[in-house]
Amino acid sequence: MNHLIVAPLLLPLLMGAIIVLAVNRSISLHRTLGLISSAVVTLITGVLLYQAMTGPIQMYVLGDWSPPFGIIMVLDRLSAMMIFITSLLAFLCLLYAVKGTDEQGKNFHALFQFQLLGINGAFLTGDIFNLFVFFEVMLLSSYGLVLHGGGARRTKAGMHYVMLNLVGSSVFLIGVGVLYGLLGSLNMADMAVRLASAPADNAALLQAGGLILFGVFALKAALIPLYFWLPNAYGFTSAPVAALFAVMTKVGVYVILRVYTLIFGDHAGVAANVLEPWLLPVALVTLVAGSIGVVASRDLRQTIAYMVVVSVGTLLAVIGTFSVDGIAAAIVYLPHTTFMTAAMFLVADMIRQQRLDAGAALTPDRPVGQERLLGLLFLGAAVAIGGLPPLSGFTAKVMMLMGVQAHAAAPWIWSLVLIGGLMGLIALGRAGSVIFWKTMPLDDSGVGAFSKEPHADIPRYGIGYSFPVLILLAISPLLVLFGGPLSDFGYAVAAQISQPVYYIEAVLGSDAVAALLSAGGY
Amino acid sequence: MELLFTSCLGVMIACGVYLMLRARTFPFVLGLTLLGYAVNMFLFVSGRLKTNLPAVVSPEQLQYTDPLPQALVLTAIVIGFAMVAFVVVLALRASGELGTDHVDGHKENNS
Repeated sequence: MNHLIVAPLLLPLLMGAIIVLAVNRSISLHRTLGLISSAVVTLITGVLLYQAMTGPIQMYVLGDWSPPFGIIMVLDRLSAMMIFITSLLAFLCLLYAVKGTDEQGKNFHALFQFQLLGINGAFLTGDIFNLFVFFEVMLLSSYGLVLHGGGARRTKAGMHYVMLNLVGSSVFLIGVGVLYGLLGSLNMADMAVRLASAPADNAALLQAGGLILFGVFALKAALIPLYFWLPNAYGFTSAPVAALFAVMTKVGVYVILRVYTLIFGDHAGVAANVLEPWLLPVALVTLVAGSIGVVASRDLRQTIAYMVVVSVGTLLAVIGTFSVDGIAAAIVYLPHTTFMTAAMFLVADMIRQQRLDAGAALTPDRPVGQERLLGLLFLGAAVAIGGLPPLSGFTAKVMMLMGVQAHAAAPWIWSLVLIGGLMGLIALGRAGSVIFWKTMPLDDSGVGAFSKEPHADIPRYGIGYSFPVLILLAISPLLVLFGGPLSDFGYAVAAQISQPVYYIEAVLGSDAVAALLSAGGY
Repeated sequence: MELLFTSCLGVMIACGVYLMLRARTFPFVLGLTLLGYAVNMFLFVSGRLKTNLPAVVSPEQLQYTDPLPQALVLTAIVIGFAMVAFVVVLALRASGELGTDHVDGHKENNS
């Protein structure tokens, strides 16, 4: 058994606990511990990603209780990719946070480690009740992080986020209860095998259970009509947290992809493909609503938060075709959109701090202190996120549009994805012109009214401050340069996802696959 | 017994949802608690309702209740308890910062 699989969970858990114990020690100790933990987790997940790319699906059996009885962690290509993206993003966000954001509260670093534990756990687990537990770990730390720094707007937005997710957790338990009552198992691979031979009498309840779970995952992924919490929660929280949360909605996307290909896939007998009529239309409507929000919002951070909604809509519309090409293209788009949205949140925060009156609001203010640096960072992030050549947004979008060509709804997907992209460009172009061009005189009156010196209170960023953003932005040309291997990887992931027998064989052995096949699945 | 059990669950969920839709923090917490109880009881019966049977599988005992839902409920209760504690603290802080107990921060709304 490969013990490395459980390390991305144990290390943040241990480090988080140590930081909690050292709560009254200096913040530099917290920073050191947090950064070491995130860096090591990034390295470990990199190794795991390499193993998953080259080797078979691996399983970690906790406490050696053989499945389906115990809880298992499963490392396949999709989960390996997701934990690697999460860890790398978390490390970069933490690098940005140690420049001052983390001083606003005592427990930032501990919460950050537990957040990492929850997200990694949700990606790795192979048990649906354990998924609930990791969701709760993830949410409880995210509640703390959303509210980090305080303030009335943050509290109000955070309260909506917390309350909706608490109701969501209850609904999740109802869905799990229905499925357990009918199938008698919680191991996802075992549920798939049992569902294949479930009697037709239970069809309605099984389908209801599947769709109740979809409601919860849609809340996590921020699909319409369950995304209204997102723009305020992401827009008003502190920047490194918002940047890390760029991957939280992807947890919802991942779980939808996992559960509805593995448990409710083609082979699922009476509940086969239960989500297929729903996902594509819901995702497209989300895309439209998000695009409207992008052009309508009057605050740069909220614009970016709506872009998260647009990217979720795009991803799930492409996944909603449930074709190998579509899933592969979504896998290529996912790292791009996660990293670029995160970069944009950080750039917006740097802009906000240099605009003393307007902040991130899109109203004219005095020019920012470092126009050249911030202008170039904004331009880079906007080109990448808007999907213009030569950066990765363009290649990923082309691949998605090509991938869905064969589907009957292709005209809808094409037109809405392209219009969504156009709306994003308009909003970013307008934001850029207001922030950098439509500026007011440097000082209203008095001494230094016509000097070229910016306001004395404006913080100036050294290279260390913009380093995390530069790294995030540098990922975009890398994704283009290695586009060939990346799309091969996307197809390799999609091949594993669309053939759940590999997953089931790795978890339960070939007897279970034989049982699945004899149930008439294939 | 099934009828009694399910109608109790239904009443609890209905009351919980009604209280949560009041859009004030204190009724929301009460509603969440009721909903949490109902969900826990629901999870409990996913192993079927049986009386006077042990939750232990043993060779002498031919009949037993499913022990797994009981473990699940235990987990869910603990998590739910933590969540209620958190939301109470958050509600207190919100009423301090926003000056109202309405979840949207409306002050003039007296309904």
